[in-house]
Amino acid sequence: MGGFPFPLTDLWALLPELFLTQASLFLLVWASVLPREKEGLIARLSLLTLAATLVLVFVSAELAGPLPRTACAGMFVLDRFSVFFKVLILLACAVTILFSLKFVGRSPYPGGEYYGLILFSAVGMLFMASGIHLVSIYIALETMALAQYVLAGYFKRESKSLEAAAKYFVLGAFSSGILLYGLSLVYGATGSLALSEVAGAFSKGTPTALLVVGVILVACGLLFKVASAPFHVWAPDVYEGAPTPVTAFFSVAPKVAAYAIFARIFFGGFGPGAGDWTMIIAASAALTMIVGNVGALMQTNVKRLLGYSSISHAGYALLGLLAYGTDFGLWAILVYLLAYTLMNLGAFGLVVLLEARGYATESVDDFNGLSKKNPWAAAAMTLFLLSLAGIPPTAGFIGKYYLFSAAMKAGWFWLTLLAVLMSAVSLFYYFRIARAMYLVEGDGELRWREEPAVSAAIAFCVAGTLGMGILPQPFVRFAQSCLLK
Amino acid sequence: MNGLLSLLIFLPVAGALVLLFFPREKTKAIMYVTTVISGIEFAISLPLWMEEGFRKSGDFFFRENFEWIPSLGARYSLGVDGIAALLILLTTLLTFISVYSSFTAITKREKEYYAFLLLLEAGMVGVFCALDFFLFYVFWEVMLVPMYFLIGVWGGPRKLYAAIKFFLYTLVGSVVMLLAIIALYFFNTTGLLWWRGLGNAPTFDIVHYHAIANQIPADLQIWLFWAFFLGFAIKVPMFPFHTWLPDAHVEAPTAGSVILAGVLLKMGTYGFLRFSLPICPSASQTAWVQGAVVALALVGIVYGSLVAMVQPDMKKLVAYSSVAHLGYVMLGFFALNHAGLQGGMLQSINHGLSTGGLFLLVGIVYERRHTRMISEYGGLSGVMPVYATLFMIILLASIGLPTLNGFIGEFTILQGAFLTNWRWAAVGALGIVLGAAYMLWLYQRVFFGEIKNDANKALEDVNVREILTIVPLIAICFWIGLYPKPFFEITAKSTGKIVTTLSVAAAGGAPAKVVPAPAASAVPVAPESPAAAAAAAVPAAVAEK
Repeated sequence: MGGFPFPLTDLWALLPELFLTQASLFLLVWASVLPREKEGLIARLSLLTLAATLVLVFVSAELAGPLPRTACAGMFVLDRFSVFFKVLILLACAVTILFSLKFVGRSPYPGGEYYGLILFSAVGMLFMASGIHLVSIYIALETMALAQYVLAGYFKRESKSLEAAAKYFVLGAFSSGILLYGLSLVYGATGSLALSEVAGAFSKGTPTALLVVGVILVACGLLFKVASAPFHVWAPDVYEGAPTPVTAFFSVAPKVAAYAIFARIFFGGFGPGAGDWTMIIAASAALTMIVGNVGALMQTNVKRLLGYSSISHAGYALLGLLAYGTDFGLWAILVYLLAYTLMNLGAFGLVVLLEARGYATESVDDFNGLSKKNPWAAAAMTLFLLSLAGIPPTAGFIGKYYLFSAAMKAGWFWLTLLAVLMSAVSLFYYFRIARAMYLVEGDGELRWREEPAVSAAIAFCVAGTLGMGILPQPFVRFAQSCLLK
Repeated sequence: MNGLLSLLIFLPVAGALVLLFFPREKTKAIMYVTTVISGIEFAISLPLWMEEGFRKSGDFFFRENFEWIPSLGARYSLGVDGIAALLILLTTLLTFISVYSSFTAITKREKEYYAFLLLLEAGMVGVFCALDFFLFYVFWEVMLVPMYFLIGVWGGPRKLYAAIKFFLYTLVGSVVMLLAIIALYFFNTTGLLWWRGLGNAPTFDIVHYHAIANQIPADLQIWLFWAFFLGFAIKVPMFPFHTWLPDAHVEAPTAGSVILAGVLLKMGTYGFLRFSLPICPSASQTAWVQGAVVALALVGIVYGSLVAMVQPDMKKLVAYSSVAHLGYVMLGFFALNHAGLQGGMLQSINHGLSTGGLFLLVGIVYERRHTRMISEYGGLSGVMPVYATLFMIILLASIGLPTLNGFIGEFTILQGAFLTNWRWAAVGALGIVLGAAYMLWLYQRVFFGEIKNDANKALEDVNVREILTIVPLIAICFWIGLYPKPFFEITAKSTGKIVTTLSVAAAGGAPAKVVPAPAASAVPVAPESPAAAAAAAVPAAVAEK
């Protein structure tokens, strides 16, 4: 078998991905022959799979040889940067499964495939974190996205869920097309699809018009994926219509993974000698922060509100991309994504516990009087809201501090000023929920679920959000050790 | 006494956590435990008053310094000078009084109420103790949250509006201040876009920034000054940033108003003394900057007094009088001489005592009648003679009658203002006349004449607990009024240090071209810093007072 294109020892670097793929296939097939009442078993095994994958991520980083370890003929890399994102992605998937246990269990829809789909999209995202070749990045992105289109429409007899799936699919496919077209132009201009070679072509002389158009299209495609303005319009509808645990998942995992490839392509590939793209990113960041925060002001539906809020957070994170050329920029993105994962999942966890009057109708008023009914839940929600608004001592403040100082350092004063003012604005809508919980008397009709699995996941997020806010050093050190070299 | 400041910060936090484990119905136990905790807190803050060091030098004492976020250079660094010590004493005293003044006023969700009061105290003490910008900012923001809930849950009819307005106004100021902190941080290390940095190790150490103040280019200082200004002026509040104040004061429960007026506003004035003046000395002395700030202060004095005069609601009247009084404080500070700074500092304390007292007194009749409208009262001196006496003393303290504290503060401020520009003093003096007018008119309408409203005929006079809330304040008012020396002495060296920094800057200490300083260690230790050495050499004429 002399024709094998790369040494088999490369597979050590792919160990977690290989394991996760096999395990998800196995679970999916098994789920289809298990009776409905046994689907809890699949959920637990999925959790176990994610935990084992997490262990394997660290094991393979040890076994695969000195990092960064390139594998599969330059399609895949195992480095500390990818490890960081894999940890976040697996964490987000595990928390989502904890959120889903009862939520899916009590719905009329069978849960077996549901967990399989989450695992499949996790496979795609793990490959995204490790992609250093434009083709492998694109295929990984599509693997993730296909599973997620189905997840958005999983509650298939709810029209809102179907609407979410349709919008997500059509716009997602459209944005993939734009991205793909951009990638092909970059290929045409540079003659290569490997990021390192693309970077080499960039550093030589002035970019051609072909290349500029390619970069712009790639940027647009990626801005779509992170739901940045003006490519954000799909996000609120999808977030509102998807089942709540899936919304929690969407607002965190795909964004985190998209930021991984964003950083890889723009820092690693387009980085040297192509400073011009910062204007596109800056304009989008400004617009995203304004649209996200102002849009959220008027929302009464909690899922839409948090949807707009997560748009605004994508805008803040773009500030880190602008600080390209300083290590601070990427570091800020990593710190921020870590904080964002913890606090946003936590906030959505409390929405999962809220029993609304109908599918996807969770409104701010449904939180009325929660502080009396369940003071711990209200306190946890307040913590997440403070963190999202960037008030210390929470993880969100540390993350924003890093982003704002990265943008200041890179000379984007006006954008930083806009960002801090917008984050003051954000407090207004976040605290509408706090107001409902503490300051408004409930009408005694508050329906609140008690679910140990969700509570455990929320407790984990509380510990992370508070821990990172009070003692940030271990968290920021971890992020710092995972920068792109 | 190392660890005292940490103890002062974390004792209330621990107290609040203990309260969480109390059953909700045991309201008596919750009240007494909180009173004991805040009483202990006040008692252990007293060594700050005894410390002789404040009277000998403007350095920071009770230092604590631990690694916190080495990746950024942020440290858990605490320390107080005379200015901070006096404000901490004011904080612990007013919180203690607020706790036992709330026994009958708060009748719902007592557990959360007292827990929030204690958390608020921790945040306020932390703000005055922090010697690290990052830590300072954390405390500065943390303290907003309990105050939001104090206003929002236990406030008056428009509490929801007032609470979020308070939070948002302060937050906008703070985030802009955060930008100034980040800019300073980068200037100290490698620099910013337009300003080459000093190349020092990254640090948030406030003492270090005091030391390098005169190396900051003048144009950068102007930007920093206005960014800090926005943060502090909203907090003070200076005209035209004061509009949150009447709402917050009127809607807050009595204890909330006392702490808001007594301590939270002082965080703004403290900010000017600790950051704006010593870190941007040349910007502060730029004629148009100084002129603009003084103009706002004077407008605040006159406008606040005039608006106070027409208020039908007692609490709103007192709130607007705060705008005027804080205008005095700012006038004193921006006279930029020693008398002005000393007077402004003392007036900060005076305002905490007298306005805090007035809010307590208004709260006492409010509990009985559930109205604060002046027109509802009249002739109270007949039915509540003790109350009327207490009210009179606090009111005269607020007006600035000699033998009471307000006189000393205002006199020193006007002296300082006169030394800089007599016209400022002239306008400021006008404010004293207006102050006497609205206060005495208030007293006349509430206490003199016949009782017109039958509901007032059976009002009970103040009880022992209520007297105990006012008497400590009155005692200190007389103390300052008759013998202010210890109060001036405790802050004299620290304010003297600021004057020195200012005069160094005025003498051309701010070089147009930045000379890179030798890379300092991450944590410059205070007592040996150049600014401290310079402060020791302040001419006796400046340090006297």
